[in-house]
Amino acid sequence: MNLVTVSGPPSTGKTAVILKTIESYKKQNVNVGVIKFDCLYTDDDILYEKAGITVRKGLSGGLCPDHYFVSNIEEAFEWGQKEGFDVLISESAGLCNRCSPYIKDVKAICVIDNLSGINTPKKIGPMLKSADIVVITKGDIVSQAEREVFASRVHTVNPGATVMHVNGLTGQGSFELSTLLYDRSLDTETLKGKELRFSMPSALCSYCLGEKRIGEQYQMGNVRKINLEES
Amino acid sequence: MSLSVKESTLGEILNKYPFAAAYLEQQNLKVEGRENMSLNEYLSSLSEDEIEERALDRTALIEGLESYIAQMLAFLGEEEQKVSSLSILSGADKSGEPEGFDDFTIRTGEIIAIVGPTGSGKSRLLGDIEWVAQRDTPTNRQILINGKVPDSKWRFSTSDKLVAQLSQNMNFVMDLTVEEFLHLHAESRMVENRDEVVRKIISCANDLAGEKFELTTPITSLSGGQSRALMISDTAILSRSPIILIDEIENAGIDRKKALSFLLSQEKIVLMATHDPMLALLGDKRIVIKNGGIHKIIETSSEERAMLEEIEKVDRKVQNLRASLRRGEILTRESF
Repeated sequence: MNLVTVSGPPSTGKTAVILKTIESYKKQNVNVGVIKFDCLYTDDDILYEKAGITVRKGLSGGLCPDHYFVSNIEEAFEWGQKEGFDVLISESAGLCNRCSPYIKDVKAICVIDNLSGINTPKKIGPMLKSADIVVITKGDIVSQAEREVFASRVHTVNPGATVMHVNGLTGQGSFELSTLLYDRSLDTETLKGKELRFSMPSALCSYCLGEKRIGEQYQMGNVRKINLEES
Repeated sequence: MSLSVKESTLGEILNKYPFAAAYLEQQNLKVEGRENMSLNEYLSSLSEDEIEERALDRTALIEGLESYIAQMLAFLGEEEQKVSSLSILSGADKSGEPEGFDDFTIRTGEIIAIVGPTGSGKSRLLGDIEWVAQRDTPTNRQILINGKVPDSKWRFSTSDKLVAQLSQNMNFVMDLTVEEFLHLHAESRMVENRDEVVRKIISCANDLAGEKFELTTPITSLSGGQSRALMISDTAILSRSPIILIDEIENAGIDRKKALSFLLSQEKIVLMATHDPMLALLGDKRIVIKNGGIHKIIETSSEERAMLEEIEKVDRKVQNLRASLRRGEILTRESF
């Protein structure tokens, strides 16, 4: 089975892009399943089901969503194998713009949109910088010039990635994307022992453990202070 | 590459490849004061905490700079590949029926209209062109450039796209003035004589728009007509894409005929999805799309061309009424 990890900031159109891409696979008899990771709530699973796609969802709730992802992706992968998928797509939102639940040797796709502003590529960390394919959405509502400027910024931040434009509404570009995702020769046998492309933030402080009060005496563990002296 | 990223100092690299500044800037690396360090030394001088804090990946950053420089050199050194014709070799529609033509060639300076209901397959046709389909898309069409199977670079290059698209509900969303915006675009296209290019774009745009605008006008406050004029002028002059797809141009605040002839004067191939007879009949031919395929290709007849003149007359009348209303006048039968 191929595993493809898709991530990107909230509301960029990840689900729409995945749905359109899977549509092209149906005609080619490629069996695709989806595992959706989110924080507090998602009803994207209903969208997938409506489209006739087998889907499972996982909500991280009170945990850091990317920590939750990495502690569950192996089980999700095994579920996909049992279901007999050719491709399992994992979808997760990059909520603090830093992490990337990307795994070495597993295809990584970052979805960002043209409306997020030209400085966004600079602000997104490994989620954008270490992706293999960057999909840019919402191109139909901005000018040609803005599309070009945005794409060139993305390219500057991640020169190694393939940058593609996909329209989540009409599906333009999704067939093309589908040709880049599935490759029978790139089947993964197991995730055991594989590594994340980038480490997650080391956060363990009193607030992680449920502290609510503000004040230095309540802060323990990994705490770092802001520097207000320099500008 | 003659200069090794690993062994050279940042100062040497920037001296030789000034464009590398954009890469370092976008990665939030500050070169000032570190000109005598190599990138590796710079990254090694950061504490583990800082590396972790800023989510930096030393190896990826160095490899990224190497590949960025290589790609940019290729882009700058490359002579613009002149596209003088685009051919579509027929495939099949959604039901698998062969399309209603064999092959169809469009040359620079031609306008081709695309007609057909929403969802009939216009996006797919455009997709095939952009992806330079080689019988590997759902329609099984093949696209040739200059009569030959094209270079695969058209598929993946960020800087060289085959098609520039002007869609109907497009907007400017950046918070910049016209001047800042055009400079930014010119910069991303690595244009050298930016001031001159920016001036040219504005003067052409003002020539197309009914109402003039200034360099200092914020792009988000341009009127619909002004925005369309600026987009067309900017795309014609700054975009390297040889094919322009236009999805309807609204008939307000812009001289559409002038806009099209301006695009053609820049040696572009213009494809235009429109059901407006004034635009569709301006085209040399029109492609009729049905059920996901090209149903037929119609050449604009001499009768249609003659009609175009009459349609334009009617349109001018309507435009005059519009202008009268704007001036606060009362419309009379004589003014029609």
